[in-house]
Amino acid sequence: MDIVVCVKRVPFTQEVDLEIDRSKRFVATESLAHVINDWDSYAVEEAILLKEKLGGEVTAVTVGSEDDEEVLRRALAMGADRAVRIESGGMPMDGTVVAGILASVIRNIPCDLVLTGVQADDDNQAVVGVTLAELLGLSHAAVVRGIEVSGADIVARIELEGGVDEIRRLRLPALLTIQTGINEPRYVSVMGIRKASKKELKVIDVKELGLSQNDLVPPTEIEEIYLPADTGGAEMLKGDPSVVAEAVIDIMRRKGVAL
Amino acid sequence: MTGDILVFVEQRAGSVREVSYQLLSKANQICAELSVRLTAVFIGPKASFLSSDFYKKADRVLVLEDERFGDFNCEIARDVMVGIIKEQRPAMVLVGHTPWGMDLAPAIAAKTGLPLSTDCVDIKIEAGKVKAVRQLYGGKLFARVVFKDESKGCIFTVRPGSFSVEGYPDRMGEIVPIEAPKDLPEPSSRFVEYVDTGAGEVDITQAELLVSIGRGVGEKERIEEIQELARILGGVVSCSRPVVDKGWLPKYHQVGTSGKSVKPKVYLALGISGAFQHVAGIAGAGTVIAVNKDKKAPIFRVADYGVADDLFAFSDAIKKALKK
Ligand SMILES: Cc1cc2nc3c(=O)[nH]c(=O)nc-3n(C[C@H](O)[C@H](O)[C@H](O)COP(=O)(O)OP(=O)(O)OC[C@H]3O[C@@H](n4cnc5c(N)ncnc54)[C@H](O)[C@@H]3O)c2cc1C
Ligand SMILES: Nc1ncnc2c1ncn2[C@@H]1O[C@H](COP(=O)(O)O)[C@@H](O)[C@H]1O
Repeated sequence: MDIVVCVKRVPFTQEVDLEIDRSKRFVATESLAHVINDWDSYAVEEAILLKEKLGGEVTAVTVGSEDDEEVLRRALAMGADRAVRIESGGMPMDGTVVAGILASVIRNIPCDLVLTGVQADDDNQAVVGVTLAELLGLSHAAVVRGIEVSGADIVARIELEGGVDEIRRLRLPALLTIQTGINEPRYVSVMGIRKASKKELKVIDVKELGLSQNDLVPPTEIEEIYLPADTGGAEMLKGDPSVVAEAVIDIMRRKGVAL
Repeated sequence: MTGDILVFVEQRAGSVREVSYQLLSKANQICAELSVRLTAVFIGPKASFLSSDFYKKADRVLVLEDERFGDFNCEIARDVMVGIIKEQRPAMVLVGHTPWGMDLAPAIAAKTGLPLSTDCVDIKIEAGKVKAVRQLYGGKLFARVVFKDESKGCIFTVRPGSFSVEGYPDRMGEIVPIEAPKDLPEPSSRFVEYVDTGAGEVDITQAELLVSIGRGVGEKERIEEIQELARILGGVVSCSRPVVDKGWLPKYHQVGTSGKSVKPKVYLALGISGAFQHVAGIAGAGTVIAVNKDKKAPIFRVADYGVADDLFAFSDAIKKALKK
């Protein structure tokens, strides 16, 4: 079973004051720490688990800059066999453009299964996976939290709302967008990542892909990014922890909690 | 903009999903603004269709009743929607941002070439231009999204819970049976069954006080400290999704769209950022108190009271205060 898994590097934004630039269309993220998109680390682990069970090879792919190779090396350290980075040259992209770029590369990688994350932690779009499937003509399922391969089919457990799952049988080749919790992504050490640097990491320039200008112009554009309004939020309880604790206990009692 | 507003109605096991009513109400407002028609698309058994009243919310409901399609099949839904879009050229297409919607909407967009904006919390029309409002970074920022070319129509997935279903007039929709496209290929995927992930030992939906743990707790070993806090307060422990994903607590503790909806008198959120999939589960909570060391965490926008502090410092202080 040969598998391609798409991974994205995303900024870590907790406890940071995100800075909107003067054009009001971009956020400065260069100085932030970056991590592998949470959903993608589950997708990589799932690919490796399937490979360990069924044999085959795993290729990790990202569209991004040289810094983004960090997530490919992590995937290699987890057990992927090779990696491909498509150099995007910093051009503006949306989910449709990224899917188009990925499709033109993955089309040339023989595989039975393509995995992506459900969504990326930065843009929260949930667009790239299914769009890519359609461009490649693969059957697809979104928000998958269980996989079983059965002959020429794959049986996916799709997470619906409210604790209900749908079991769906898809013909291979297929693309699944992977939900967190499907497995336990393995730990990789710095040492492991260093060792994995011996594995193949191919870089392709987006200009070599023969995509038309039309494919590279994003159909959606951010007109403005803004901070949520300050009004209407929580009443913040301030002061010494003991003062805050008393206030919270008092609120609970007033709201009818028996303490 | 002259085409209809087209709404995909989501139906599961015979009943119309709440999110579809929300879409219809938003579509209703847009239709009034643009003086265009509201057309809903329903794929499924007629019985379930007639037992609900959503058809009153549209000018027209295109109903595809076919026993083969009683359960959601993304490829069928895609092909039916693509057929309707090509023939009728709607100005906008609205789909719920649900697991099925996430499967369907990008597929329709890819097949029609129409632009797509997902997980929208609002859709506006300003000076004849369509604008979608959505969030970035788990709700830390908002973005207004525009389309390069919307002249052929555009597609949105709309976040559940973004629009109220109250306060718009009935339209007494005309019911128009439609046929499946003739050349419909055999789908490459098929529905097998629904599985209930089941109840657990603890029922968080009945608790009066929930002490809810998020990823901010950091490691499994420290969950015990919060469980102790819950015991002292006489509350029940619940949690956000990552806590379950990591295997720190069983699934039946999870609050949110893919977990449970809860309605405690007080919901104490410790180290939870406030993603919409989580917050959707606490709409019924009386009072929400959030503790997060990031004073910009989105949870503070939905909480009634907030504490910008380390959750363990907070927990220790409560324990100490109650010992007195
Ligand atoms: C289809 C789908 C369904 C989903 N369903 C659900 C669902 O049902 N329920 C759900 O919860 N999520 C769900 N999610 C996931 C959701 O999008 C978020 O990823 C998740 O809710 C984040 O959980 P969290 O707030 O605990 O973690 P994070 O977003 O990582 O937030 C952790 C927070 O803890 C704070 N923190 C860190 N350390 C401390 C400390 N020492 N003291 C105080 N604060 C601290 C941080 O500042 C941060 O705000 C779903 C996602 C998808 C795509
Ligand atoms: N630049 C990228 N390179 C590779 N894969 C990506 C990229 N952006 C998104 N993806 C994949 O698509 C999934 C969904 O992302 P999105 O549609 O942007 O929310 C992610 O979890 C990744 O698997």
